[in-house]
Amino acid sequence: MDAIILQILNGLDKGSAYALIALGLTLIFGTLGVVNFAHGALFMIGAFCAVTLQRILSLSTVTLSKTETNFLGQPAEIKTPYVESWFGPEAGAAIIDWSVPLAILFSIPVMIAIGFIMERGLIKHFYKRPHADQILVTFGLAIVLQEVIKYFYGANPIPTGAPEVFKGSFDFGVLLGFDPNTIIYPYWRLVYFGFSALIISAVFAFLQFTTFGMVVRAGMADRETVGLLGINIDKRFTIMFGLAAAVAGLAGVMYAPINSPNYHMGMDFLVLSFVVVVVGGMGSLPGAVLAGFMLGILESFASMNEIKSLIPGIDQIIIYVVAILILLTRPRGLMGRKGVMEE
Amino acid sequence: MSTSNFTRRGLLKTSAVAGAGLALPTYLSAANHAGYTNAPQGDTVTLGFNVPQSGPYADEGADELRAYELAVEHLNGGGDGGMMNTFSSKELTGNGILGKKVEYVTGDTQTKSDAARASAKSMIEKDGAVMITGGSSSGVAIAVQGLCQEAGIIFMAGLTHSNDTTGKDKKANGFRHFFNGYMSAAALAPVLKNLYGTDRNAYHLTADYTWGWTQEESIAAATEAMGWNTVNKVRTPLASTDFSSYIAPVLNSGADVLVLNHYGGNMVNSLTNAVQFGLRDKQVNGKNFEIVVPLYSRLMAKGAGANVKGIHGSTNWHWSLQDDASKAFVKSFGTKYGFPPSQAAHTVYCQTMLYADAAQRAGTFNPCGIAEALEGFEFDGLGNGKTLYRAADHQCFKDVLVVRGKENPTSEFDLLEVVEVTPAAQVTYEPDHPMFAGGALGTCNPGA
Repeated sequence: MDAIILQILNGLDKGSAYALIALGLTLIFGTLGVVNFAHGALFMIGAFCAVTLQRILSLSTVTLSKTETNFLGQPAEIKTPYVESWFGPEAGAAIIDWSVPLAILFSIPVMIAIGFIMERGLIKHFYKRPHADQILVTFGLAIVLQEVIKYFYGANPIPTGAPEVFKGSFDFGVLLGFDPNTIIYPYWRLVYFGFSALIISAVFAFLQFTTFGMVVRAGMADRETVGLLGINIDKRFTIMFGLAAAVAGLAGVMYAPINSPNYHMGMDFLVLSFVVVVVGGMGSLPGAVLAGFMLGILESFASMNEIKSLIPGIDQIIIYVVAILILLTRPRGLMGRKGVMEE
Repeated sequence: MSTSNFTRRGLLKTSAVAGAGLALPTYLSAANHAGYTNAPQGDTVTLGFNVPQSGPYADEGADELRAYELAVEHLNGGGDGGMMNTFSSKELTGNGILGKKVEYVTGDTQTKSDAARASAKSMIEKDGAVMITGGSSSGVAIAVQGLCQEAGIIFMAGLTHSNDTTGKDKKANGFRHFFNGYMSAAALAPVLKNLYGTDRNAYHLTADYTWGWTQEESIAAATEAMGWNTVNKVRTPLASTDFSSYIAPVLNSGADVLVLNHYGGNMVNSLTNAVQFGLRDKQVNGKNFEIVVPLYSRLMAKGAGANVKGIHGSTNWHWSLQDDASKAFVKSFGTKYGFPPSQAAHTVYCQTMLYADAAQRAGTFNPCGIAEALEGFEFDGLGNGKTLYRAADHQCFKDVLVVRGKENPTSEFDLLEVVEVTPAAQVTYEPDHPMFAGGALGTCNPGA
């Protein structure tokens, strides 16, 4: 029982990352009709926004120590971060400690700007081209972005810790009447789940309850008619692209403390996120979220030793097996609409 | 049947070479061989450095390349000479190899076997490389070693830790300076016994490929021999990024030690996840829960940040060693590049020096002459103490370092501290040890 609860928690956590990325993917597909393989790279760039802010906050004045030496026997460098000399050692250290949550604010304008540049500079030239062309160009773009990040940050993962107060784990078992230490879950992963739920609800609320959202939804349903009504739908779709980039970026920022960011983390998520979108139904936002959580939980269960001993290797293929089964029985995915990618 | 024949022949050959080596140190019959692949023409000799310049191990590859460039500089008489001054063999004088200036070409393995083979092939066929060296993965090393055997080129392996490289996949043209999974386990086991006792239950998470399998087999056997019980061995896909669903079952498995047979990004993520799940604060069976990482790399440990603190593992070499050779290498490398070298940089620098010295002693670039010069070669002064290049399997036998993540690092390079230097004798095994059995060295191939 305890193992099952743990894997449900795990699945919710994995699922929230899948759902956030798939949500952005499906937003772009639904509005612009573009299959964006560079979306994983946006997630990765989000994580590197956290790394960058951490580095900016850690910028230091360097003085040479009189007593200590470095590995070559020369005087060691003592680094004092500027924020510590400006705000005092304690406040400065606290600011550096909270660099990941602060990076949320930092990443939003950065990601929206990157989204705009991507859409205006490259992707808009591919709206009328076949999906295969879009896939090729966005996949190429993903590789370019990856290599740019690698050039500046190197290939090895960079530790980007959560604030000190969120380190450690929460004992769920005690709440539910189990022995202590049987069901524990890291605080930051709980934060991640809460944060994802918040972002997902915000996106839905934005689309559902604002005029802008209403126009976008109308555009998703029938782009031509909305255009004929005199609404500049292209402009709104560009903004939606920026928004989708920001969602992916935020998912990346918050993911940085879970696994140290490296330049190919986007690719690791990309394929799974596409499966999530296809299973959820191309262009369906609730479908993407539902499928994200469902596949996250399934994947977690499949990694349980009891299940792996019954079917060895199932943890590596479960998502694809389920995707095949769903597509066989419901070709449009769980919540896909008629007519999407069927012309 | 054929396997046992080869082993007997190998043994006979070893004793013959050792005998000849003792009687006439400068005489090497293979020097008289006629043709061989890429015999250097003119006054230069080209070496091929095949390292990951892209892909997940690119940082290790970059560090290897720095060390290769340093080695070439030293061989050609530049710089301060580094470990050439401390090396026990005094054949190298800074006048290139056999009077020929050393030049090099590089290839990108991308940490993929097929890409690595293609770049090695190109360096051999187009650039005329007389030796190939490098790599940062056992899968790649084994693939390139096979290619070099067929092409008649010497392969000096870089960072490869699988038992198979000099075990079932060993080749007469291939040589490994780096240590292996068995040696890590043999060095770690006594330290773990002292620290954590003999009554422990270990849970293994293992990267699902050649290196992971042999590492798991080695460490499980060594810890079981000292009384530990293995609760479970779980294979994780190499492409895994989030290990939470593999860590969660550890919590209630009754295990009190988690062994992470992971390397690179896998190690960084699994260790980070394990620490996030509070495993290190946990008490099981009245004992503190412990985590062990059999193969440590400082470059990788950096990615895991503070999570490595207090966690034990093993390494081939570490820049904080205080012998003259290590100090000379760190000084030379540090002055040129501004930071201390990694174990990957150290092993490839040694391999280049060992190759150059062997050619010098053999008086030829003929792979068979060089192989004979390396087989059974005993040396010192390259940072690992007295070392033997065993003739039977072309594996170096030397001391192994047991290290621990440092509690209070003084700099970004100061992540590991050496806990114990395990003597070579304790990590030595018979050439026909079951974990290394199955393959045959064969005979050296000089190629054309």
